[in-house]
Amino acid sequence: MGYKLSPLAFDYYLKALRNTYRIFAPVLQKGKGKFAGTDVISYGEINSLDDIMLDRKSYFSPKEVLYPIRETLFYFLNDETKAPAINVKPILILVRPCDLNGIGKLDRVFLNNGQEVDFYYARRRELIKFAMIECVEGFDTCFCVSMDSNVANNYDMAVRFDEDNITVKVVDKSLITKDLTHADTAIFEPAFIQENKVKVTIPEVDLVTKKTFDHELWEEYTSRCIACGRCNTSCITCSCYTMQDIKLSDDKKIGERRRVWAGCHIDGFTNMAGGHNFRKKNGEKMRFKTMHKINDFYKRFNEHMCVGCGRCDDVCPEYISFSKCINKLNAIVREETLHE
Amino acid sequence: MGINGKIVTKNAYRITKTRNKTALRIRVPGGYIKVKHFTLIQSIAEEYGDGTVHITTRQGFEIPHIDFDKIAQINKKIRPLIESLGLDIEVTDYGYPAAGTRNISACVGSRICPQANNDTTKIARKIERTIYPNDFHFKVAITGCPNDCIKAHMQDFGIICTTDPQYDANRCISCKACVKNCKKNVTGALEMNNFNVKRDAEKCIGCGECILKCPIGAWSRGETPYYRMVIMGRTGKKNPRIAMPFIKWSSEDVVVGVIKNTYAFVGRHIDRSLPKEHIGYIVDRVGYQVFKQEVMEGLKLNKKIQIAENIQWHGYYYKQDNQFKSI
Repeated sequence: MGYKLSPLAFDYYLKALRNTYRIFAPVLQKGKGKFAGTDVISYGEINSLDDIMLDRKSYFSPKEVLYPIRETLFYFLNDETKAPAINVKPILILVRPCDLNGIGKLDRVFLNNGQEVDFYYARRRELIKFAMIECVEGFDTCFCVSMDSNVANNYDMAVRFDEDNITVKVVDKSLITKDLTHADTAIFEPAFIQENKVKVTIPEVDLVTKKTFDHELWEEYTSRCIACGRCNTSCITCSCYTMQDIKLSDDKKIGERRRVWAGCHIDGFTNMAGGHNFRKKNGEKMRFKTMHKINDFYKRFNEHMCVGCGRCDDVCPEYISFSKCINKLNAIVREETLHE
Repeated sequence: MGINGKIVTKNAYRITKTRNKTALRIRVPGGYIKVKHFTLIQSIAEEYGDGTVHITTRQGFEIPHIDFDKIAQINKKIRPLIESLGLDIEVTDYGYPAAGTRNISACVGSRICPQANNDTTKIARKIERTIYPNDFHFKVAITGCPNDCIKAHMQDFGIICTTDPQYDANRCISCKACVKNCKKNVTGALEMNNFNVKRDAEKCIGCGECILKCPIGAWSRGETPYYRMVIMGRTGKKNPRIAMPFIKWSSEDVVVGVIKNTYAFVGRHIDRSLPKEHIGYIVDRVGYQVFKQEVMEGLKLNKKIQIAENIQWHGYYYKQDNQFKSI
């Protein structure tokens, strides 16, 4: 069912929803950009339409709403453990289709990856509903169409933000409040972006060989990448984490265990006992990430991990473009295949 | 030709080595100027000078090789340049009203530079409006961060823009990027403690590097900008020395107020038997404690401010330079 709302009516609708849901959306964090006098857009809880930032892409993805940066798994006291309670008020997140697809990748990792379901992810994920932001223009660095993630259908509600009004399509009936039933009905099917400025061609999965691994391309990234980790922290699909045991007593028997985001470009990633580190050079880290996003993940789940949101391009202080890397890799793989 | 040297100098024209020729100094506070003024500078240099300008060490322009008798004509023409300073005083056709207080220089600041903690141009222009015109010889510079690209440490008043970094432990991924960088490039004010970053407020200089290095936004800028002020640095033929920290974590009002109050301080204590006496030497003569007391008077201090108990300036005296022997 579709409804057309004035901005004011939409605010009343949000207000009604907030009785049941905590609503998250891209929010402008004033003065919180890393450079002086700059803002950053990240996901935060909203109260009204004015809080929602749609003009620019969010710097950080919505993943932190359903997969906290730091999460205490349990507290321990001698042999006893206790998982902390979480806020169980349901959540409604406003996301673009790429991110909605990206969350699908997180679901694969945490919910459909072997026999065990991740308890912590699952209990939060169950609380979440999605209001998909119609996205037909995208931004300069987006390449969702190439990654087949421009279209998403698993939303509970879709929203079109026009200058003068907001149109919503409600799939999940529980999201219909009396504010909607009083509003004008409308026929509304969200449209999806059909072409990005940036296009990538993924090298065919099976054609990536050991030779591709040893290619000098990765040396270029060794000289350019500074391994700051921003590509990992801004990515909607990066889901690696590490563990921390925080001991609060001298005998180390009281404390908490938490998991914390980690990333292949972040110092200490997969370090082993004795200080062993598999990927010392930054080009090797870049290769690892690239392969995971457009090769390895596919082998396991039959779909690519990267959704082409382009945030890694947006945030890289060294202006490394992941889409360019994919295309370069594709050219190399084609070259290698031709010469075999 | 009869020239009243005092009058022309005050009018921003200098006595040059070429007899009967002068040079005009154009003020460019913060080194920030709209390029539309270039055509005026160009036309004056071509019509009255030798078609060249010198870009001064303080970020102004000096137009050389001007005949003294053209000053009145030129003064009329440079009115737009003086108007562009946005001063509170009435602009006339008589040129610059003072030249003693030198052009306020500034690094490019946060309009361009990622390292900068503040808009140095804006602050430079604000201070210009506060202290110009004034005849006392003051040198003021503003730098966006403790890298001090403008060499605030060589000024009578050097203002270093800082930020009070805010840490959100809930966002921290313990990557140590801030800790390692602070240790290597700054003061080592950060250390890891139980997977959290602990900041030693005494060691922190507010450079904002932790914010720049953090990949997850666990560090962010505080709402209020702060300033460190270093004072009484100087060059010169007697005792060159670097400016020393006077106040830390100061509000903008206090740093501006200190400079303003120093004019009255100099007015009370300057040795008028000399052709001129630089502030640094006046402070040396009357003592830091007197200076501190007088320039802080009436200022509303912000809560976080710290003021130096004492200052020991270093530098050296040319006359004690006895380390050299002829080969």
